[in-house]
Amino acid sequence: MWQFFHKLGSPKWFFGIANRLMPWLLAAALLLLAAGLVWGLFFAPKDYLQGNSYRIIFIHVPSAFLAQSVYIMMAVAAVVTLVWRMKLADVFVKAVAPVGLLLTFLALFTGAVWGKPTWGTWWIWDARLTSMLILLFLYGGVIALDRSISDEKSAARAVAVLVLVGVVNIPIIKYSVEWWNTLHQPATFKLTEKPSMPAEMWVPLLLSVLGLYLLFGWLACLRMKTEILVREQRTRWVREYISAGRA
Amino acid sequence: MNAEVRPVIRPQSELVSGASAMKAVFARDLRVAFRQRQDLLNPLLFFVMVVTLFPLGVSPEVAFLREAGAGILWVAALLSVLLSLDHLFRHDFDDGTLEQLVLQPQPLFLLVLAKTLAHWVLTGLPLVLLAPVLGVMVHLEGSTIWVLCLTLLVGTPVLSLIGSIGAALTLGLRSAGVLLSLLIIPLYIPVLIFGTGTVAAAADGAAVGGYLALLGAFLVLALTLAPFAASAALRISLSNA
Repeated sequence: MWQFFHKLGSPKWFFGIANRLMPWLLAAALLLLAAGLVWGLFFAPKDYLQGNSYRIIFIHVPSAFLAQSVYIMMAVAAVVTLVWRMKLADVFVKAVAPVGLLLTFLALFTGAVWGKPTWGTWWIWDARLTSMLILLFLYGGVIALDRSISDEKSAARAVAVLVLVGVVNIPIIKYSVEWWNTLHQPATFKLTEKPSMPAEMWVPLLLSVLGLYLLFGWLACLRMKTEILVREQRTRWVREYISAGRA
Repeated sequence: MNAEVRPVIRPQSELVSGASAMKAVFARDLRVAFRQRQDLLNPLLFFVMVVTLFPLGVSPEVAFLREAGAGILWVAALLSVLLSLDHLFRHDFDDGTLEQLVLQPQPLFLLVLAKTLAHWVLTGLPLVLLAPVLGVMVHLEGSTIWVLCLTLLVGTPVLSLIGSIGAALTLGLRSAGVLLSLLIIPLYIPVLIFGTGTVAAAADGAAVGGYLALLGAFLVLALTLAPFAASAALRISLSNA
């Protein structure tokens, strides 16, 4: 168990695992995304109220879903960074923060595109839109802080503190904005309840959510590998790896 | 560890307790601030000027100002606290006092809490005292002004406490000012929502107890957690310097 734990902290070991895992992740992600999106965009039934415009849900919901869980994953990694000083944890935070930012932006953008035909406006100061916008700011803050501290170790720990402060605040922000104003429909998936839409709609949605998770996994591995190569460029295994022409 | 091996610097009886160390830090910060009076005045002037911009920039009509006044005052107070945060640790960082504070035997979070409270007394409290005057200028009604002052009284310490984390994280960085705002503004949003929400409820004649209780809950939460985060951040920033 402890041996595994120590191995997990070793960038070189992670590199090997990632290399073996990535093709499978990518293949599974593309398969699920293709199935979910083709089914959702072409074959799922029309919504009786919103017509075809609701189909953007198959992109909107997965990216919104992931945008939030990436922040939670970053918070877990931040705890690991502060408590165990594990190198891989802060590599993870640094590598995925821009991905999280992008996903949050994607969720907001698709939301705006969806809002135009449905609510008649691009933007509404509604609770969930606003809390996603604040999440975008939080990601922006994390990236900005990381970029402005030159020392790698201090940057990692400062960012970890900031991510944890943010994660304490996320529920507070969420509930305060919800009290303040609400128009958005309630969450599509809840773990405790049956989905309120027919199976032909939620199954492709679930497929695309899972597909995007796997794609995120692939992307995280890829970005972490790059970050590791940069950080470990002076070590022997990286030099051998590069000169072998595999990178 | 063996007790005999440990170097004893001072006998136990001479060690200052956490509470009196807090008092000393608090008193010192006030004294230093009163020797630089202009620094105390600047956030207040900024507060008044930002409030002045709204009637000039949007509309001087009584109806608009009465509607938006509480929000304007809250946003102005928030920005003014934000601008003053850079001073919280900066001077002590530059002259090495901060390093000495970190080396004290007392827990760092107590000393950080004392510094943050001093910061609030020097910036937040004057804003609260000035708010009624500006409240009259934006045509808020009598009872609403008092509710506004009450929300600021409970809310500005939260702003100082959350801000101390950002100030500690950005200590010693280039362009720390803008970065500090980027990090902290998202975290200020709940305080702003409930601060202005309370005043809006009061203006509608609704009960404000629940809102104030929530603001109070924010204060308790920030008092409990923020000094820990800020002292962790301070240690990181100092190890970086």
